[in-house]
Amino acid sequence: MAKLINDIKEKFNKQYANIDKRIVVCGGTGCIAGGSQQVYEAFQKEYKKRGLPYTVEITDGCREHSTYISKSGCQGFCAQGPLVSVGDIFYTKVKVSDVEEIVEKTVMKGEVIDRLLYVNPTDQKHCKTLKDIPFYQKQHRILLADCGKINPEDINEYIAHGGYEGLAKALEKGQQFVIDEMKTSGLRGRGGAGFPTWLKWDLTRKPQSKVKYMICNGDEGDPGAYMDRSLLEGNPHSVVEGMIIAGFAIGATRGFFYIRAEYPLAIERVQKAIDACYKKGLLGKNILGSGFSYDLEIRFGAGAFVCGEETALITSIEGNRGTPRPKPPFPAVKGLWGKPTSINNVETLANVPYIMTKGGAWYASMGSGKSTGTKVFAMTGKVKNTGLIEVPLGITVKEVVYDIGGGPLHGDKVKAVQTGGPSGGVIDGDHFHMPITYESLQEIGSIMGSGGLIVMDETDCMVDIAKFYLEFCVDESCGKCSPCRIGGYQLLGYLNKITDGTAKEEDLQKIEEIATAMKRASLCALGQTAPNPVLSTLKFFRHEYDEHIKDKRCHTGKCKNLAKFEITDKCVGCGMCKKACPVGAISGEIRQKHSIDQSKCIKCGQCFNTCKLKAIIRG
Amino acid sequence: MIKAKINGKDIEVKEGTSILDAARVANVKIPTLCKHEDLEATGGCGLCIVKVKGSNKILRACTTEITEGMEVITHDPEIVAVRRSVLELIMSNHPKDCLTCARNQNCELQRLAAEFGIRENHFPNVLNSRKHKRDNSAKGICIDTSKCIQCGRCVQVCQKVQDVWALSFLKRGIKTYLSAAGDIDLKDSPCVNCGQCSAHCPVGAIVEHDETREAWNALSDEKKYCVVQFAPAVRVAIGEAFGYPVGKNLTGKLTSALYALGFNAVFDTNTGADLTILEEASEFKHRLTNGGVLPLITSCCPAWVDFVEKNHGDMLDHISSAKSPHEMVGVLAKTYYAQKHNIDPKDIFVVSVMPCTAKKYEIGRDKDMSASGYPDVDLVLTTREIARMIKQAGIDFNNLEDRKGDDILSAYTGAATIFGATGGVMEAALRTAYNLVTGAELKDVNFKKVRGLKGIKEAKVDVNGTEVRVAVAHGLGNVDALMKKIKKAKAEGKELPYHFVEVMACQGGCVAGGGQPYGVTDELRTLRAKGLYKEDEHAEIRCSHNNPAIKKLYADYLGAPLSEKAHHLLHTHYTKRNKYQK
Repeated sequence: MAKLINDIKEKFNKQYANIDKRIVVCGGTGCIAGGSQQVYEAFQKEYKKRGLPYTVEITDGCREHSTYISKSGCQGFCAQGPLVSVGDIFYTKVKVSDVEEIVEKTVMKGEVIDRLLYVNPTDQKHCKTLKDIPFYQKQHRILLADCGKINPEDINEYIAHGGYEGLAKALEKGQQFVIDEMKTSGLRGRGGAGFPTWLKWDLTRKPQSKVKYMICNGDEGDPGAYMDRSLLEGNPHSVVEGMIIAGFAIGATRGFFYIRAEYPLAIERVQKAIDACYKKGLLGKNILGSGFSYDLEIRFGAGAFVCGEETALITSIEGNRGTPRPKPPFPAVKGLWGKPTSINNVETLANVPYIMTKGGAWYASMGSGKSTGTKVFAMTGKVKNTGLIEVPLGITVKEVVYDIGGGPLHGDKVKAVQTGGPSGGVIDGDHFHMPITYESLQEIGSIMGSGGLIVMDETDCMVDIAKFYLEFCVDESCGKCSPCRIGGYQLLGYLNKITDGTAKEEDLQKIEEIATAMKRASLCALGQTAPNPVLSTLKFFRHEYDEHIKDKRCHTGKCKNLAKFEITDKCVGCGMCKKACPVGAISGEIRQKHSIDQSKCIKCGQCFNTCKLKAIIRG
Repeated sequence: MIKAKINGKDIEVKEGTSILDAARVANVKIPTLCKHEDLEATGGCGLCIVKVKGSNKILRACTTEITEGMEVITHDPEIVAVRRSVLELIMSNHPKDCLTCARNQNCELQRLAAEFGIRENHFPNVLNSRKHKRDNSAKGICIDTSKCIQCGRCVQVCQKVQDVWALSFLKRGIKTYLSAAGDIDLKDSPCVNCGQCSAHCPVGAIVEHDETREAWNALSDEKKYCVVQFAPAVRVAIGEAFGYPVGKNLTGKLTSALYALGFNAVFDTNTGADLTILEEASEFKHRLTNGGVLPLITSCCPAWVDFVEKNHGDMLDHISSAKSPHEMVGVLAKTYYAQKHNIDPKDIFVVSVMPCTAKKYEIGRDKDMSASGYPDVDLVLTTREIARMIKQAGIDFNNLEDRKGDDILSAYTGAATIFGATGGVMEAALRTAYNLVTGAELKDVNFKKVRGLKGIKEAKVDVNGTEVRVAVAHGLGNVDALMKKIKKAKAEGKELPYHFVEVMACQGGCVAGGGQPYGVTDELRTLRAKGLYKEDEHAEIRCSHNNPAIKKLYADYLGAPLSEKAHHLLHTHYTKRNKYQK
């Protein structure tokens, strides 16, 4: 079996021998939005103009001493995109106008253009290579490693990097081997709940059934999260390989990728990967001569968040309104079309090929306690370096936020970190020393979730944050069960009262009642966890709730209905605020103290931001 | 069998039993608003939560199977508190206008609120969070989405049990509302007015069109000669509204009550049923002996007729052209009876009391329903409506003397009365068809194979050496398999699987029709049917062709079955219709 894989590898390496240099332009969505496609095309144009040999695909036809101009998947450092690397040299924020200079200096003469290097904000040093950048130093990139290197649309390059060796090994050694290795690895579901992957497979393998299904859950929907999309776009073959190995392990005949339709690039790349696998005999009948036959296809998600819940996802694939079903029966017993089905998240599956090739013990050597391996997070919010990171589990919040994230974006304090998306909760500053594991997060009232990680500072109002997440869940509730359907909406009503300044203290009692009913009686995890952001912020930031309810005040100014702007005696009458006010609420003679007509004020805060003397206070 | 404990009490139930059903064995009724025994559990309402000893996890009793050794706790302070919160949440999204609701005193939500002793509106009213829509477009039923609690019973019964797919939920979350699919009017949808949605609705979101006012108006109109008839299934269900045991046959009391309401004459749809059998069995004999289109499929059920016109337009030549029994009685009231009593048919107002909401649609389905030049039937009232009228009039139903109906239009046989149960029409038709084909009488008139609640029932009958294969389906969801089987045999030119087929839209037949008293279950279906079979068993005459009234009708007025006059008055046509009218 391994021979076919080896042959492809050797052929690719032979072809690749003609390549002298490689320019990698990041093709992640963030960089594409920043213009990386144009940069990629500009490199080709520049090479053509200069008559230099280059190729955009590794084939037999590659000329000697060619440069391989390729796109990669998301490299994670999205705040600094578009990213371009020439050999080891790593450029950030590259524009089309920089391309000529890069070719002239870096490609032809080997010179480094300092202007395009990333500057470490702590010591102002220029970072020449990726390894010099603190953002990458503390990371432990396994899944994302190849994501930033290889051409995601070239199966041969994936194979040359060790791809499909895991599959060959799995097919050769059998189902039990796969399950055993997975058990040793300790890999747990990366979709959020952390169910042991080996156990899920074993439970699906056990029932006697001619037909079984494997599903890849690519219905990523948490606000601000894009781990799965990046993996599907950046290294689709790793997920496809994971899907084939998983299908083999449980004895499935057919597998489905369920990817949300808003991810067109991911869909395109996964489809290409599937097509390539069929061509190479890695999918279809009798895969690699093993006797195992398996088909893969893509189903589109229409964008309902709840379809990320496994039973709702199944219902959606079956062609029905995407609403969850009660468990038990679990999908492992009665899943898609009533057949035993295993549903695994994209990131979970992407880990599988590495576990097969390097062994479960290797995987288990990373991480902490029952939370082994690495986890990909999408770090966003008030932190210097936002982007996609992969870290070993057990890393502390502090390391993530300060060492990788570079610390707070403004000011000197990070107030809290939110994990787990709308189902999660906040971690306050007192717990930043806490290692990130499934257990520790749960203990604190949050969850691992799929990997959204949002950093908040003093300008964020925690009631407002809770409201934001709750609003999301209310909007995304399928409406099937009453605790979630009505409870969520009622809960949101009370939060609105709080941020409007009309809440009473006893409303907190009602909030608690509703939250309990939702957690205890909702049908699926969406409703059961929807109150988490509220409960978690109440737990750690009760004083902010009290401030809103008792003092009718939001010190961050986020809750517009509570905000009140006043001009103090510091005012010198420069008139800047008067100019900035969009509704003419400020009056005053020049060089005289100005004042705000509260009845006209729309609480936009323009005056507050404009005043250089800090003469305006927000109450 | 599974041995388990519920609240410490040992129970033994069949494998696969839900905790909800198992609890009944332990004499615990766990509250639920979405689970109905006819339907699959969905876990929607969130009220039936329970715990298992040793675990803090909450399970839904409706969807969780009880397993060996399980120790279920159905109530503790937390469970009760959460149930109460959930109930209060549901109430916050439901109007509190119980006094003006069709389900007042008969509402599952109202009952729970009373049982939980809810004395205030605990959470703010959020009724305006979703679209409110009143759909009165269909003839049989009307929808008021503001009352809907999104339990999903109606949608499930419409889609899964009836295979009609008229109802669905639109939007999601708090904005979810019930509507005809695609937000069109119900009358333009595939709805066949079977009314099973209204029969399963726990609240007043879907109810029959109340036409009692029209009935009162007609009764108080001195120019009108009001006659009334009631269907077989009504007599064994009306008692439920007056505290009688389920299935009690109250023909005499109901007749008496109808006179008391002021009707000039009371007929019995059963006479029409006997007449239908004569026409239909003759049609069957004709087709069987002349190589006509077979199988012949019954046509008494208007929801089925609407369904077949909308879904199986290629099968219309299989449907018996005989009108349904109450249409036959109606047309005879305006012709035969009018002439006999010298009443101008335009002054006769015919009211049919039916277990059915689709009958409200049927009376205007095409011009054949006005064979005399006037509508055969002017108004259809359901069992629920007539019960209300009797109560409105203050009639002491329980203490009424039994009375007999008028004229020969209320004389019937045992064969007619079993029309109300699934398989009854087939059994009655076989009794007469046998006689028509062989000229002999059956020794044993019972065809027990076509009785009971199995979805599709099949039987073979030896008619003078010819094997006659029959099938009975009830619940429109069971029709598809039958039709496929017939169509396949036809397409392949193979021997037909059946000669004669009975279809009733509602599970259990008319006894569990969409217009019957609420709370139908298989137990109720069985008991109501039992009431009918009991009457048949004790009937002096058990075959329609032996009904002297029918013989007299043919002799005096109609001539013979399938005569030109009979055809004109007692038969109809079918038209292929679109599923969606727009």
